[in-house]
Amino acid sequence: MPRERVLGCLPARLTRTPMDFAADHFSLFGLPAAFRLDPLLLDQRYIELQTQVHPDRFASAGEGARRLSQQWATRVNEAYQTLRKPLPRARYLLELARHDVGSENNSAMPTDFLVEQMEWREAVAEARAAGDHHELERLHHRLQRELAARQEEIAALLDEQRDLEQAADRVRRLMFQEKLLSEIDDAIAAGEE
Amino acid sequence: MALLQIAEPGESTPPHQHRLAVGIDLGTTNSLVATVRSGLAVVLSDDLGRPLLPSVVRYLPAGQVEVGYDAQARQAEDPRNTIVSVKRFMGRGLRDIVNHEGLPYHFDDRPGMLRLHTVAGIRSPVEVSADILRVLRQRAETSLGGALAAAVITVPAYFDDAQRQATKDAARLAGLPLIRLLNEPTAAAIAYGLDNAAEGIYAVYDLGGGTFDISILRLTRGVFEVLATGGDSALGGDDFDHRIFCWILETAALRPLAVEDARMLLTLAREAKEYLTQHGMAPINARLNSGEVVDLTLSTETFAEITRTLLAKTMQPVKKALRDAALSIGDVKGVVMVGGATRMPQVQRAVGDFFRQEPLNNLDPDKVVAIGAAMQANLLAGNGRSGDDWLLLDVIPLSLGIETMGGLVEKIIPRNSTIPTARAQDFTTFRDGQTALSVHVVQGERELVSDCRSLARFELHGIPPLVAGAARIRVSFQVDADGLLAVSAREQTAGAEASIVVKPSYGLTDDEIALMLKDSLLHVREDAAARALKESQVDAQRLLEAVRTALASDGDLLSVDERARVEADLLRLDDAAGGDNRRQIMLAMDDLEADTRDFAARRMDKSIRQAFAGRKISEIEGVAQPARSEEAP
Repeated sequence: MPRERVLGCLPARLTRTPMDFAADHFSLFGLPAAFRLDPLLLDQRYIELQTQVHPDRFASAGEGARRLSQQWATRVNEAYQTLRKPLPRARYLLELARHDVGSENNSAMPTDFLVEQMEWREAVAEARAAGDHHELERLHHRLQRELAARQEEIAALLDEQRDLEQAADRVRRLMFQEKLLSEIDDAIAAGEE
Repeated sequence: MALLQIAEPGESTPPHQHRLAVGIDLGTTNSLVATVRSGLAVVLSDDLGRPLLPSVVRYLPAGQVEVGYDAQARQAEDPRNTIVSVKRFMGRGLRDIVNHEGLPYHFDDRPGMLRLHTVAGIRSPVEVSADILRVLRQRAETSLGGALAAAVITVPAYFDDAQRQATKDAARLAGLPLIRLLNEPTAAAIAYGLDNAAEGIYAVYDLGGGTFDISILRLTRGVFEVLATGGDSALGGDDFDHRIFCWILETAALRPLAVEDARMLLTLAREAKEYLTQHGMAPINARLNSGEVVDLTLSTETFAEITRTLLAKTMQPVKKALRDAALSIGDVKGVVMVGGATRMPQVQRAVGDFFRQEPLNNLDPDKVVAIGAAMQANLLAGNGRSGDDWLLLDVIPLSLGIETMGGLVEKIIPRNSTIPTARAQDFTTFRDGQTALSVHVVQGERELVSDCRSLARFELHGIPPLVAGAARIRVSFQVDADGLLAVSAREQTAGAEASIVVKPSYGLTDDEIALMLKDSLLHVREDAAARALKESQVDAQRLLEAVRTALASDGDLLSVDERARVEADLLRLDDAAGGDNRRQIMLAMDDLEADTRDFAARRMDKSIRQAFAGRKISEIEGVAQPARSEEAP
């Protein structure tokens, strides 16, 4: 039971051991360590935790309690930001499994993927140069569909097949694609202004 | 405006003593102070029943200070010594101020923040703001009948670290027990949201006298979550006045003006702007000191035409904030209008056209920020009833980063991160044998350091001499709940002891503030020691109250011995707080803090455990929840 990992077995009373500040993000939210997660449940647990630890609750407390509250609220925010989005969540799962994503090593990418990326970039650059807003929007939607499929792929590799090697490869591809998507969005934004 | 009910009538009073808490809107044009009284948030008026305090400060030769309406009435007569819109100078250098040549002041450019030469001596914008805050503090103390225990001051959401720190220092100079800086649109959202039981995505369009903010929030039961914010901390109603002023100069073909004439025409411009909210035409008539006569009529159409670019300037941050929140116009359920400048018909129209809905105007745009701040102050002071509280999740408006090789910015904390937040990044050395590292902290969205605001520079020494690229220096950023940054750097190699912690400075050092504090106390003939004693007594009471409340709810977390020690500390502090020995109060507070440190940690644990205790997954899944877009592509 994931919840037990959060609650621990110690009674709260008189325990000298503080909550494990270094507990992993999933345990902190009482969620199973998996790529697929219920976003509504994550949101709800986030709010529940912040309700308990947020500095606003300790604004009139002593200095020690205020400092502790800031540390906890910071910790909860960090965990939430990591789990909320698919890419950081996937990277985090690989990190927990002590599997190196090797993001700095671009040469590890297969050539056909890199060629495909080049084609994408050319298409974006062309649409931007032509001020073709519709084309940019079209590229945005097409890429978003590819991202959704990629995430499905990563979910299967991480949660069912437990193939970390392949998962890491797909995560690296996802990083490229997300960067591309933000470039398309920037181009769309620049066109609107 | 609607009254804001936050406690039900007939409810029993909270178990603890009610602490005097106020919310302050320190505005560019006007400032206000509000409090929650018998469950209702009210703006406190002056002796003549006027709720607004014009943010105008006039310095006189004998050292007297006039603040508010009196100072405002004299601004044309004594423009050099009458400081208006000082908020625009907070945490700003002279080169940041657009059109400063046209202002009637004698500026002194200093690194970080400018100063103003007045007949009473040199004043920093922080001191001028403190003079406004001091009047509001006195108003509140007279009205509420005692020393304040807690104050929340609002700042534009788009204020950067320097502007926030300057505001915090002004509060300190004014002797206000500041417990939180609150973003103005967030304050407005609290007032609006609680008053209307609003749920869904809301935009707050806040056009004040000198600043513009747009915040996108998600309101759910008891949670105010800021998703994105944007704005322009140098754009407001003042700029609309200035456009009318320029139009007068051009249309009447006036020669260059004396400062008194310029000030008078600016006042006429502001009056014409206000007149046009209700009328189709505004007459502008004046006889200048130069003998020239102005006799013009400004129509709403012309006014809209000459201010079109200003309005367009507000729409860019609106689009950006929506994009940052990964939302579109159709997702926005309501647009709350805040700030006196939103009364202008062309602003209402432009916002309505953009969001394709009528903006919400059912709260007084001048008062809504102070009202929300008062509600938050009341909550933070612990005056709220349990079960009637709310959670506020706010963000930082601008990215924070450090300078790397080539004058580029490495972003460490991105804009719109929920606060409090922390992020660390590792850096390395550039040269062989390098033993020191210079860290330059900047804030802003641009890639070049020169386009961002410089917040702090410091050096880390004592790095072991290694080959280039071998050292690991971890730079950590921590942003607190006020949106203020602290930076630390530490060399990670085993055995090395090189670390430093800094808070950004914006041009006033702690020593300068201490000196100003002393001077200001001399000036108002308050006894510095008595003031410090009073502050310690207020702090002591707050701590006593906090520990007693903690003991009442979680006393079982302490062993018998521990509890006895805490009880003894409490008695000693209670005793000391009743006396006039400040040192004794401080020592007793330190002891109590030390003996309750573990207790605080255990209570935090218990809270976190309780967040998950006694709940079944099936219950949670049955609850309908508004969807949160999971991904922001």
